[in-house]
Amino acid sequence: MDKLLEVNELTKRYSQGNVIARIILTAVDNVSFYIKPAEIFTLAGESGCGKTTTAKVVLGFEEATSGTLLHNGKPQTRKEKVWVTEGVQAIFQDPFSTFNPLRTVDSYFHETVQNFRLAHSKRDTIDRIDRALRLVGLTYPEFAGKYPNEFSGGQLQRISIARALLTNPKLIIADEPVSMVDASLRMSIVNLFKQLRDELGVSILYITHDLATAYYVSDRIAIMFRGNIIEMGTVEQVLMNPRHPYSKLLRDSIPQADPLKRWTTTVTLAELEQEEYLRQGCKFAGRCPDVMDICKGTVPTDIAIDDVLVKCHLYSDKQKI
Amino acid sequence: MKTLRDLFKDYRFSFSFIVLVFIVTMALLSFFSPYDPTLWHVVPRDMKPSADYILGTDSNGQDIFWQATHAVRNSLVISLIAGLVSRVIAILVGMVAGYKGGNMDRILMFIGDSLLVIPLFLIIVMLAMLVRQHMNLVVLGLLLSLFGWAWDARLIRSVILSLREREFTKTAILSGTGTIKLVLNEYMPFTMPLIFSTLINNMSWAIGLEMTLALLGLVDLNNPTLGTMLNWAIFYQSILLGRWWWILTPVILSLFMFIALYWLSVSISEYLDPRTRIQRVGA
Amino acid sequence: MAEKKRTILRTEHLKTFYLLEVQGTQKIVQAVNDVDMRIYENEIYGIAGESGCGKTTLLKSLFNDIVPPLRLIDGKIYYRINDNEVDVTSIGPEEKRKLRMEYISYIPQGSMSVFNPVLKLKNTFEDFIGSHVSGQSREEIFELAHKQILELGLPKNVLDVYPHQLSGGMRQRVTIALSALMSPRIMIGDEPTTALDVVVQRGVIQMLKDIQKNLKNTIILVTHDMGVHANIADRIGIMYAGKIVEEATTEQIFAEPVHPYTQFLINSLPKFGDKSLRASVPGSPPSLADLPNGCPFHPRCPHVKEICRQQMPDFSQLDENHKVACWLVGENAHG
Repeated sequence: MDKLLEVNELTKRYSQGNVIARIILTAVDNVSFYIKPAEIFTLAGESGCGKTTTAKVVLGFEEATSGTLLHNGKPQTRKEKVWVTEGVQAIFQDPFSTFNPLRTVDSYFHETVQNFRLAHSKRDTIDRIDRALRLVGLTYPEFAGKYPNEFSGGQLQRISIARALLTNPKLIIADEPVSMVDASLRMSIVNLFKQLRDELGVSILYITHDLATAYYVSDRIAIMFRGNIIEMGTVEQVLMNPRHPYSKLLRDSIPQADPLKRWTTTVTLAELEQEEYLRQGCKFAGRCPDVMDICKGTVPTDIAIDDVLVKCHLYSDKQKI
Repeated sequence: MKTLRDLFKDYRFSFSFIVLVFIVTMALLSFFSPYDPTLWHVVPRDMKPSADYILGTDSNGQDIFWQATHAVRNSLVISLIAGLVSRVIAILVGMVAGYKGGNMDRILMFIGDSLLVIPLFLIIVMLAMLVRQHMNLVVLGLLLSLFGWAWDARLIRSVILSLREREFTKTAILSGTGTIKLVLNEYMPFTMPLIFSTLINNMSWAIGLEMTLALLGLVDLNNPTLGTMLNWAIFYQSILLGRWWWILTPVILSLFMFIALYWLSVSISEYLDPRTRIQRVGA
Repeated sequence: MAEKKRTILRTEHLKTFYLLEVQGTQKIVQAVNDVDMRIYENEIYGIAGESGCGKTTLLKSLFNDIVPPLRLIDGKIYYRINDNEVDVTSIGPEEKRKLRMEYISYIPQGSMSVFNPVLKLKNTFEDFIGSHVSGQSREEIFELAHKQILELGLPKNVLDVYPHQLSGGMRQRVTIALSALMSPRIMIGDEPTTALDVVVQRGVIQMLKDIQKNLKNTIILVTHDMGVHANIADRIGIMYAGKIVEEATTEQIFAEPVHPYTQFLINSLPKFGDKSLRASVPGSPPSLADLPNGCPFHPRCPHVKEICRQQMPDFSQLDENHKVACWLVGENAHG
C-alpha cells in the first residue's frame, strides 16, 4: 500500500524529578499508524493522551525514545531534519503566538521562500506568496507589512496555513488548529483542509479533542488514551459505532449541539490522573464499565475487527493480528 | 526621532541625558588638557577655585578640573569595557544555556551560580593584588567583566527559555531558519530591553567597584579615575584641612553619574519593554 | 409554561463601556451596548457568542462588578430580593459585598489561579468564609461545606490537599461546589467548562444541573460552545458585538433560528452522521472599539438591506419566549 508517512512502534518517555526520586512517564507508548497520500487522518483524545507529543516527534521537535518513522518508505531520524520542513509542514494551536508579535507576518513568508530557495527574483517571491495566500482566501496586498495583532484569530490561522503551503508540502500536521478560533469561523479552517486534500492532494494529520469536527473532516481516525492508540479505523466505523469502552465514553461525552440529544446517563471521572498512567494492564480498567479481571493485569493487544483496530480484552475472542 | 521625542517625555530620561552629555563632554575635554595627568607639581598646590583654576588645585600640584576630565574619561572607559565585555559573555551564556538546554545548560548555570554565591569582592581584591603590576584600564575593565555577567546571563536564559516554548519558534524552524538567525531575529528583540538596562546597571556597578578598589589602593594611583581622585583627596585629609573643592569634585561627579545611569536604565527599559512596544505597534 | 415565571434579574438599557487611554488617546470599547434582559427564577440561562463580543463584560455587569476601566454608562440592573426589586447599580459597597455569595455568586473560568497555590484548600476556604460569614459560625459553615462536597460526589478529603494535587476538572468542581455553598439565588458562570476535557466537562455540566435542581435557583452561563448550551440551558441569548440579537428557548434557537447570525452559528455546527458541507460566517467579527453603524452584523450579513446600515433594529417578539433584533423579521420587516 502507498503510505506517505508511517510511524512504527513509537515510544516517548519523559523522566521527571532528580537523580534520587525519578518518575518515568510514558507519554506515547508503542504507537503505530500510517497516513496515505491525500488523506485526513485524525489523532483524537483528551489532554495528556500523547497526541501532541506524537506530533512533536513526527516533526522532529522531540526525539523518540524508540520506534521508527518512515517518510515515503524511507526511514527518518531527527538528524535529517530537511524532510520535515519541505515535505512536511505544521500549523499550531494558538494563532496569536504562531508569529512573533514584534515582526511583520510577511517576513516569515519571505524567509521561507529564501531559505528553501523557492524563487529566484523578488517578483517571483511575491507571486509565490500571493498564490499561497489565495488558496486560503487572502491576497498579498492585504497582509504585507502588517503585524500579527492586526489580524483576527481566524485570519492568522489561515495565514499560518498559507505559510505552510509555500513549500508545497505533502503532509501538514495540524495540532488543535481550531480550538482557539471563534465558532463562527471554525468551519472555514476545517473546510480549507478538505479543499487542500481534494484539490492539492495534501494529507493532513489532524490532532484534536473535538470529535465532531474530526467526524466532519477526516477519513480515518485513531483515538488515543494515556499514550496508547485504543481504537483506529475509518471515522464512520469508529465514531458512529465505537467499540472500545473509552471511545464510547468519549463519543457520548461530546456535548451534541442538539437539545433533543441531551445526556441521560452520568459519568464517573478519574480522580488521580497519574495513577492511570502508571496502571498495569489496560489503563482504562479503573473506570471501565465492562471491566474484567484480565484487564487489570494484562495489556490488551490490537485486535482487528472489520478493518478497525481495537485494543480491548472484550474482543480478544475475535481474530488476533 | 519619534523615539527620542517619546523618551524625552520622561523627566528621568531628560535629566539623565543632560547629565550624561555633560559628563561625556567633560571626558572629551580631557584631550585638550594642557597638563599631563600623571605629572605632579605642574601648578601651585592647594589653590581654591578661581578664574585660573576653575575647580582649584590639589596637594599634588595638579589642576582639579583637568584632572577630573581625565578621571571621568578613564572611569567611563573602564565601565564601558566591563559592561560591554560582560554583556557579550552574558548574552552568549544565556542564549546557549537557554536554547540548547540539557547538560550544556547545567554546566553553564553551575559556573554562573558559583560566581553568584562566592564572596565576589574578596576574590576581585585578591585578583587585583595578583595583577597589580600589570594593572591598567583595560585589565581592570576585563577583570570586572569576568565577574559581572552571571546574574544577567541567568536573566537572559530565563527569557529565552520562555520564548523557546512559544509557537513562533516552531514557525521559524519550519520556515527553514537556522539556529543563529533564529536566536538573532526572534529572540534578540525580546532581550534587548534587558541587555540595555543591565548594561547600564553593570556600568554603574563597575564604576562603583573601581572606586572601591582605588580607595583600597589596588589600582595604578597615578592614572586618574574618580576612585583614585577620591583616594588622594582622602590621603591628604582634604576634609579635615577644609579643601572641600578637592573631595567634592569626584563625589559630586560620581553621584550624578550614578543617578543618571540608573534613571537612564529605568526609563529606557520601560520604553523598550516588548509589552508596551506591542501596544505602540497596535496603536 | 402556563404559570407566570417570576423575574429574578432584569436589566434596562444596560450600557457598560471600557474607557481606556492608550498612548494619550481615548479609546471607548462598547462592550455591553443597550442590553435589555429578563432572567427568571429556577432556570438556566445561556449566553452564547464568540470571543470579543462582550459576553464576559455582560456577566461582570450582571454581577454588579463594574470597576474602572469598565464604567456604567447608562441603564439599570435590578435584582429581586425578598420580593422587592432593587436597583443594584446604586447600592453601596457594603451592601454589594453582602449580596455576593449569599444572593449571587460567581464561578470563575477554571484555572489554578482561583486558589492560593501554597495553602491547602481548607485554608483558602477559611479566608473565604471569613469575608462572607453572616450569622453562622465558622464551624457550622465548615460542616456545610463538608456536606456539600459529599453530596456532590467529590472525595471527602478534597479540602485537605493543595490545589496542584487536584486535576483541572476536580479543581473546577470544587470551585463550583464552594460557590454554591451559601445557596445563592443566582449563580453566574463564565466559561466554567472551557479548557476541560470532554469527559470532565460532562461531569461539570452534570454537577451544575444537579445544583440547580437542588437549589431551584438561577444559573447564568456564558460559553461559546453551543454543544454545552444545548445540553444545559433552558433559554439562550445570542450575543453579537455587545448586543443580544436573539433570545429564545434552547429548542427554538436550535430548531428555528431567525437572526442570520444565529442561523450561521447553528448551521455551521458539525453533527455526527452528517458530513454535508457546512459554511462558516463570512468575514470577521467587528472590534468593539470600532463598531459599524446600524446593525453591527450588517457587513457580514447576506441579507443586508439599506436600513441595516443605518439603524439598529428593535426587538420583535415572535412568540412568548422568542425575540429577535433584525430588520428582516416581524413588524420590522414591514416598516
